[in-house]
Amino acid sequence: MSLFLTQVMNGIGSGAVYASLALALVLVYRTTGILNFAQGEMALYSTYLVWYFAERGVPVWLAILLSMTISFIGGALIERILIRPVENSSPLVLVIVTIGLFLAINSIAQVQFGNDIKLLPRAYADKTWLPGNVQISSDTLVLVGVLIAECAVLYLVLNRTKIGLAFRAVASNFESSRLVGVPVGRMLMLGWAMAAAIGALAGSLVIAPVGLQGASMQEILVYAFAAAALGGFDSPLGAVVGGLIVGVVGTLTTQYFHAVHDIELVVPFGLILVVLLVKPSGLFGTTRVERV
Amino acid sequence: MTFERAQFIRAAVAVVLVIVAAYVFGWYIPQFYESSTTYLWAEAFYIGVAAMGLNLLTGYNGQVSIGHGAFFGFGMYTTAILMESHGWPFVATLPVAAAVSFAVGVLVGFPALRVKGLYLALVTLGLAVLFPQLTARFVPRDLCPTCGTSQVGELARSKLRPPGWVPHFISANDQWAYYVSLAAVVIGLIVVVLMVRSRFGRALIAVRDHEAAAETVGINIARVKVLAFAISALYAGIAGSCFVLVKRLATASSVSVFQLSIEFLVAVVVGGTATVVGPLIGAVVVVFSGRWISESFPSTILFLHIDDSVKNLLSPAIFGIGLILLMYVLPDGIVGGGRRLTMSAWRKLRGRTSPPALKGIDA
Repeated sequence: MSLFLTQVMNGIGSGAVYASLALALVLVYRTTGILNFAQGEMALYSTYLVWYFAERGVPVWLAILLSMTISFIGGALIERILIRPVENSSPLVLVIVTIGLFLAINSIAQVQFGNDIKLLPRAYADKTWLPGNVQISSDTLVLVGVLIAECAVLYLVLNRTKIGLAFRAVASNFESSRLVGVPVGRMLMLGWAMAAAIGALAGSLVIAPVGLQGASMQEILVYAFAAAALGGFDSPLGAVVGGLIVGVVGTLTTQYFHAVHDIELVVPFGLILVVLLVKPSGLFGTTRVERV
Repeated sequence: MTFERAQFIRAAVAVVLVIVAAYVFGWYIPQFYESSTTYLWAEAFYIGVAAMGLNLLTGYNGQVSIGHGAFFGFGMYTTAILMESHGWPFVATLPVAAAVSFAVGVLVGFPALRVKGLYLALVTLGLAVLFPQLTARFVPRDLCPTCGTSQVGELARSKLRPPGWVPHFISANDQWAYYVSLAAVVIGLIVVVLMVRSRFGRALIAVRDHEAAAETVGINIARVKVLAFAISALYAGIAGSCFVLVKRLATASSVSVFQLSIEFLVAVVVGGTATVVGPLIGAVVVVFSGRWISESFPSTILFLHIDDSVKNLLSPAIFGIGLILLMYVLPDGIVGGGRRLTMSAWRKLRGRTSPPALKGIDA
């Protein structure tokens, strides 16, 4: 039983990361309607920035904050400069643009920072607690804490401020909000900016224990896609729940099903398939009704 | 009167283009270029075949898939297994590979009926991610000893040689793989042209443009969509078989399957969605841009000197930025955009509007 609970805790820890990145994907999707393939690579670049600052003697938490700020601005600029010119194109064109962005950011990061493995300093002590024989590592606690903080900040910003109201208006109806005078363009930039900042935080925390290299974020991005699809692509709550489910199910399968050893991805994707067959727009997504 | 003349001109241009293409690809390139160049062309051909299939699904039928690397893999493994453990000659494996990937396409097509748009894209992404892990685990080692390694086995190597009845100009100079891939392109192209102009092709477009309306005029939506999935999977499977012949190996890592799926999609969109030759042009761009970047990209820009090692790292960035710029200039792809530009130039020249072309139907 304690082994089971230990694995559940580990799953929740990695699930928190998938949830964070899925949250970033949902923010971008809600505002600009784009499936952002470059989200993981944007987080990768932000994490390289953390390494860069930390290498120059900046305290780690400050380095993460600096990187989040730069990512926030960078995300807004990417939306304004690269995405705005094609915002009305077909979804396929937008997918190709984000794939181009994916390739470009990944290779620029490797050219700029070198393609060897970078070790990030830890932002907190590596400890393990054993309450009732269940192992809980500080990684899990920090990741879950950060996820809760992200959700709280997002909730407060989106539901308790005027900017948040405008943001939700744009997400729910683009045209009408433009007609009532909401600065739509700035809200789209805000969506990308917040997504980039969240990605920066998630990336720098998850990569710290294992080291940073060019392909670090790709598998995490696949899990985040799975999480967002599971929860429903237009629901932040769905992203969080989906991320936790994918994380827990993933770790439990590697622990218990030796028959599917090495293929831990099968279970999350099998789960998605089943959920989408029953609810085609995810667990928490809004169902679209087409009027003829 | 002028309309008939325009049609005549179009037909004449098409005939001339076909003859020129037949000469260039059927004789000039394989006979006058080194095998390093024809190898790249063969690669462009099989990617083009898969992209043509994906275009039927994504361009004409509106179902986005980023998992066609998996169907490609099914074709690849079928061919490799039949050659390695059953001693079949390469050509004989093609129909089986086609049948297997068609069947898998049907199996995937049915659940895909429930899932639309973005969610379908992600489910197919799951397919691409899972395929390598499933093959690594469930394809027994003795069935295909060299699958997943970088070389084919001794048995398969002899099966990859051209059979005796092949004319000398094809079997000489190692051009067998080139000509087989070219044949796949030609047959695939003809089938696509016929299919797109048939009742089935119009049904594909109708379902893409308005499902409910298509249903009211009696189109069996489920049948059309599943069939579209299966046919495009068949194309990808054939392309996968050609991969074994061209590259002389059968391998599926998670990186390569995902990368291939993306390459197919890029080829379709870059060439022009819902155009007949667009995916082929896109495949040529995808394959040759890497070589162009490494060979012809300037090593000095203004005062910046770029090292060769840096250039290799940087080449995906150049390709990525090129993709973004292309999407700005020609959001409808090379063929679609080219057609739009010539139309507007023609209109300016004649000072009048020509009848609007039917979107997506003509070549």
